[in-house]
Amino acid sequence: MLLTRNVADLKKGERAVIKSFSDRDMSLKLLEMGCLPGCEVRLDAIAPFGDPICVRVGGCYCLSLRRNEAASIVVE
Amino acid sequence: MKPAPRKIALIGNPNSGKSTLFNQLTGLRQKTGNFPGVTVEKKSGTLRLPFPAHSSASDETLVVAEAILIDLPGIYSIYPKSRDEQVAMDILANPQHPDHPDAVVVVADASNLQRNLLLFTQIADLGLPTVLALNMLDVAESMKLKVNAVQLAMQLQVPVIKINARSGDGVDLLREAIQRVAVTERLVPAYFLDPAEKQPEIIEEVKTRYQLENNYLALQYLCQHDSFTFLNQGQREQLDGLITKYAFDKTDFLANETITRYERLRPLVQKTVTSQGDSEQPAWTRRLDKILLHPVWGYVAFLMVLLVIFQAVFAWAEYPMDWIDQATANAIQWTKTTLPQGVLNDLLTDGLMAGIGGVIIFIPQIAFLFGLVGLLEESGYMARVMVIMDKLMRKFGLNGRSVVPLISGVACAVPAIMTTRSINNPYERLLTILVTPLMSCSARLPIYTILIALVVPDDTVLGILNLQGLVLLGLYLLGLIGALGSAWLFSIFVPRREPSYFILEMPTYKWPRWSHLGITMYDSVKSFVLEAGKIIVAISIVLWVLASYGPGDSMEQAEAQTMKEMSDAPEQVREAAVASAQLETSYAGRFGKFIEPAIAPLGYDWKIGIALITSFAAREVFVGTMSTIYSIGGEASEDAVTIRQRLEKERNPQTGGPMYTPAVSFSLLMFYVFAMMCMSTLAIVYRETHGWKWPMVQLVYTMVLAYVSAWATFQLLS
Repeated sequence: MLLTRNVADLKKGERAVIKSFSDRDMSLKLLEMGCLPGCEVRLDAIAPFGDPICVRVGGCYCLSLRRNEAASIVVE
Repeated sequence: MKPAPRKIALIGNPNSGKSTLFNQLTGLRQKTGNFPGVTVEKKSGTLRLPFPAHSSASDETLVVAEAILIDLPGIYSIYPKSRDEQVAMDILANPQHPDHPDAVVVVADASNLQRNLLLFTQIADLGLPTVLALNMLDVAESMKLKVNAVQLAMQLQVPVIKINARSGDGVDLLREAIQRVAVTERLVPAYFLDPAEKQPEIIEEVKTRYQLENNYLALQYLCQHDSFTFLNQGQREQLDGLITKYAFDKTDFLANETITRYERLRPLVQKTVTSQGDSEQPAWTRRLDKILLHPVWGYVAFLMVLLVIFQAVFAWAEYPMDWIDQATANAIQWTKTTLPQGVLNDLLTDGLMAGIGGVIIFIPQIAFLFGLVGLLEESGYMARVMVIMDKLMRKFGLNGRSVVPLISGVACAVPAIMTTRSINNPYERLLTILVTPLMSCSARLPIYTILIALVVPDDTVLGILNLQGLVLLGLYLLGLIGALGSAWLFSIFVPRREPSYFILEMPTYKWPRWSHLGITMYDSVKSFVLEAGKIIVAISIVLWVLASYGPGDSMEQAEAQTMKEMSDAPEQVREAAVASAQLETSYAGRFGKFIEPAIAPLGYDWKIGIALITSFAAREVFVGTMSTIYSIGGEASEDAVTIRQRLEKERNPQTGGPMYTPAVSFSLLMFYVFAMMCMSTLAIVYRETHGWKWPMVQLVYTMVLAYVSAWATFQLLS
């Protein structure tokens, strides 16, 4: 079963490593904010009503983004 | 040696402590304005630099040189994501720009060095003299990170200064470094990333055509020419031609640039930052987030915060306000009796002094409100509010970021509408602009305060809550509901063009700096007194004139007529009747009478009509107008009664009962909750939306809303 997983699929507290991005324009923003391929991410918190989510990037800071945006970050 | 630096720019990531450092460096010597040609708020201030007195060798004291420090918008990279951010690059790329800096201070958050250095390397590659201010070392330390600043300075070939923007540690060293960098002729170091490595031909051609020396600047001409105000249409088309000629793929190039910069930064950061154990955000940030982002407690906490704000603004501010009110009344009384009687005396006391009194009475509330909103932003809580509100806001066609303009709208719609520029999506930005004026701004507060005090008893309910405070909270909630409801209606009728997005960094919680908050409060009060205050005083005087004079000799006739009719009444009653008759026949009275048929269904008479008209200039004028009208039309103004007492005494000529019944008062409250009675707001919306279409839409819909709800309230209550 080889399905591509993305950050939106993570469960709370789960860790993963960023592999690539599936949206070109979104990838520019995410890269500048420090989401790099090879970086570890962890789903830290989910806002009320399940959206947006808070992701810890590279262990040092927290990014909040919507589920559909998180879905453009492909993880290994 | 070059002359002393004139302009220093401050730049950095959002949440890097940039504005704290700005306050630390400039203190109260700052001013707020606009960048030339654009409506982006510009903060600049005087920066004192130590300057060796080389010419006067007689003493060894340090002469202080002054420079202008310009605070640029917080950005993650030099590629702008919103209109607000375009300003930074427009200034940095254009040496002819009046704000183009002689040197740049890049503020970096040491706890997230790699990402913060991305921006630094871009600025350095533009060839600008740069100092790196390393901030938040205490946060880094709590994350068990140790940063070697000397090593970093050697690697980057620039001065690196460790600072603590909150306590001020290291700021003097930073001043010295700025001075050194701006004064010494600097060898241009090698590019951190040279765009000519990958695309030499196109870079070379841009450099030749625009006589540029810097490769990285040439790249910016290619990538950002549409937002560079200093390029003309022909130049933009020429650059577009080059992009086609060389098949330059911007998105691809930029993604590569960012990745390559990070790759080159990684070993550098590894050499300078040593991690002692698992680095994590401070434990209490995580613990607080567990509560403040909780599906239930998060909203409870947010509501509590709002409740505290309104209770505070109503209860705490009352003491200084009472004091100001009393002092103004005393001053007017004293002037009235001390100076000789006459027109000039009346103009001075009833016109000018009453007007000034009507301005300074707001100071405590504005200071409290701006202070508390600033507290939320400083502590890092505002970002959490955006997160918990995003999904909700999206339902109404807005964005989590719309929360900041909406909350700022509680202070004043004008700066609030200016903050909408941080909403990257034009559609969500427009909706936010359209509904922000429905949030009850501080100018409505005095109207609320007086009318509530008039009809709501000063009782305590549930042990601790003040009933008047609760009604006030209710009015604010009504404004919020009106804003969200209108946004939802607009989102149905106005089609959406672009998809929306929301990516936001969550700062760690910080204990706010009180001095920083003090500056925020001082600034807001200053701009209110100087800008809004001027209009209010001017209108107060104009109004006094309108209320004191009538066409031809109608004023004299009214006096003679009333004197005749009331000849056997006691003198005091007769005088009041004369004054009232004169007001009725004055220009102001005629104007009020003219619109009376339109406002009679709402329960208002022509006196309220005058106040409605004048308060269109600014809502707070309502109170000033009321005090002018009633100090002239009321009885025995020598009593120096405060405005609330005057309103209480006002009688309805038809019923003989009080004019300000609950029905009339609540109808007025409803009107002011929704009506867009503010010329400045219309002006700023015109400026922000580039045309009269949206301000007019806004004016019409709010007025309809206000009229209908005021009418319904009056009919229900009376």
